[in-house]
Amino acid sequence: MKRILMATAALTSLAGATFADGHAVKVGVILGYTGPIESLTPQMADSAELAFKEISDSGLLLDGKVIESVRADSTCVDAGAATAAAERLITSEGVAAIMGADCSGVTTAIANNVAIPNGVVMVSPSATSPALSTIEDNGLFFRTSPSDARQGDVLANIINDKGISSVAVTYTNNDYGKGLSDAFIAAYEGLGGSVSVNAPHEDGKGDYSAEVGALAAAGGEILVVLGYADQGGVGIIRTAVDTGAFETFALGDGMFADSLIEAIGDDLNGTIGSVPWSEGDGADAFMAATKEAGVNGDSSFTRESYDAAALIALSMQAGGNADRATIAANLLSVANAPGEKILPGELGKALQILKDGGEVDYVGATNVELIGPGEAAGTYREYIVKDGAYETVTFR
Amino acid sequence: MTDTLNALVLFANFVFVPGLAYGSQLALGALGVTLIYAVLRFSNFAHGDLMAFGAMGTILFTWVLQGAGITAGPLPTALLALPVGILGAVILSLIFDRTVYRFYRAQRAPPVVFVIASVGVMFMINGIVRLVIGVGDIRFADGGRFIIRAREFREMTGLAEGLALRSTQLITVVVALVVMVALFYFLNRSRMGKAMRAYSDNEDLALLSGINPDRVVLYTWIIAAALATIAGTLYGLDKSFKPFTYFQLLLPIFAAAIVGGIGNPFGAIAGGYLIAFSEVTVTYLYRKFFTYLIPGWEPEGLLQLLSTEYKFAVSFVILVVVLLIRPTGLFRGKTI
Repeated sequence: MKRILMATAALTSLAGATFADGHAVKVGVILGYTGPIESLTPQMADSAELAFKEISDSGLLLDGKVIESVRADSTCVDAGAATAAAERLITSEGVAAIMGADCSGVTTAIANNVAIPNGVVMVSPSATSPALSTIEDNGLFFRTSPSDARQGDVLANIINDKGISSVAVTYTNNDYGKGLSDAFIAAYEGLGGSVSVNAPHEDGKGDYSAEVGALAAAGGEILVVLGYADQGGVGIIRTAVDTGAFETFALGDGMFADSLIEAIGDDLNGTIGSVPWSEGDGADAFMAATKEAGVNGDSSFTRESYDAAALIALSMQAGGNADRATIAANLLSVANAPGEKILPGELGKALQILKDGGEVDYVGATNVELIGPGEAAGTYREYIVKDGAYETVTFR
Repeated sequence: MTDTLNALVLFANFVFVPGLAYGSQLALGALGVTLIYAVLRFSNFAHGDLMAFGAMGTILFTWVLQGAGITAGPLPTALLALPVGILGAVILSLIFDRTVYRFYRAQRAPPVVFVIASVGVMFMINGIVRLVIGVGDIRFADGGRFIIRAREFREMTGLAEGLALRSTQLITVVVALVVMVALFYFLNRSRMGKAMRAYSDNEDLALLSGINPDRVVLYTWIIAAALATIAGTLYGLDKSFKPFTYFQLLLPIFAAAIVGGIGNPFGAIAGGYLIAFSEVTVTYLYRKFFTYLIPGWEPEGLLQLLSTEYKFAVSFVILVVVLLIRPTGLFRGKTI
């Protein structure tokens, strides 16, 4: 037994030595490979690693360094497991920065317990809780997705512009749903609308008649559902349609899915909503790059993941060093103007400009512009469901 | 007068009809649990997943029927497929009885050993269902979806409130009634039913009077599996089929069985309706209801006793109160 242990120890130190040859820079990719969003995370990780590969293949990063991605499982819901995984990345793998995490709850846990105390930069592609805007991050936490405070504002404006003055709200009972509903209600009441009731619903139940009964009794012209399309949100809408409680719905980004239209059918017509969206040259360039690499770039948050990874690498180059402090110091400057605009697939060009002492303004797949405490401003697509399909109204 | 009617229709639409359908599903589930408890003397934690397994069998055969172009007209095809689902659940129950429970029965193991063994069986069925049909949401109801829609009801009666009645809700209540009557007839009139009750009352005395214990166990599993499949299929028809929700159903089902008096079939039915109605009525907002009922009174608040997120707490509070005050349950079952 002792011999096996010693052999293992020797092997691990050997393995450590090969990686620590100064040629490779390790970056953690911590996402929920198991758990509620396990269907999205493989594509997100692939997109981030696509950016790393592009950087490494160019051979221009800090005189020929390559980026080695180290994956770890955030589980999306288990803060303890996520913290342990991040601890491993930072202390034993010695990563320079972390791309992640994904869900708001575990992201907050990792940031507070591990990343910020150790001075490691985190760039999350998908944590959208407004609470993350105000954590004490010492300039170490960034995200390429917009805060739900912004989405709440956008959704409130969409509803208000339709001339609807009173709504009932239901949200999925977690950090995401609570944050989004608080933001929405604050914005909507600020615009002069009234919210008759704000009721949470639990995911994974079969029966939502009690929730819908309460919502219907409170009244309101439409029902605002801030949940998940394949979880409680669809159950709420189905029950509301069946009992005739509500006829029109307004939906948050978690409800945007083709499966919702399939499940509800014609009764969903007239439903409005908002979802983070990207269009333009950056999004097209990203699609071309992913297609070539055989990555599914059409999935949710893949663009944000690519951008998060690219920002980490570019800030190393801008500071001329791959240590943790350099990344933190340079991330905002590569993300924002002034400088040459950089699209997906042009990371080699960006590295060359930075090497020559120039400046870049990383645009990426999602028109990255980091505002306030280092988060994306974000573009939202306002949609309406017409004849069983999503139809774009405008971009906000 | 119209206002009183409006109040009643409102209450029927959001409280009575959903509560009645949900209560019937719980009652059928609780009957299975209570039967196993009465005859085999342990709490079968695998019952929720047995419901999922039976419903899965029904769904798979429903697809076969639909593929062959056979439907039940205005009724859901799943009703035709139900016997096949029941057969599957019975076979699975008997396999687990032979391989797991019989061993402990021969050893005369204490009930807690059976309970833990049933948790193991629960995880196995859990895994089988997920492997075969997946974890996603499946809708398999076809035929006419509504008997009356809320909008049609409003236009027909001229009332401000609508009443929606889905065909699955009516089917649930009717099937549940038929099954309950059949079960009581079987338990009270047939020779085997009487043998089961005798075995449940006093095992040794039953053996002395020549009752074959193996046959009693066999019949108990067959009936419990049939009840589980029917309950699971009705629940899936009315809402949707998702393996995880069946696992969660276990809690209200046990609450219903214990509140009614575990081991007592009549108690299981009463408990099912009691739990279902208390979940819905305690969390309902009564403002609109009373505004209709008492003209000229505009309540300030929403008149809601408890917020809907405490829905599940309601069953537990009832459970705790019953266990404290009347440990045998409302209809005098066995003490746990």
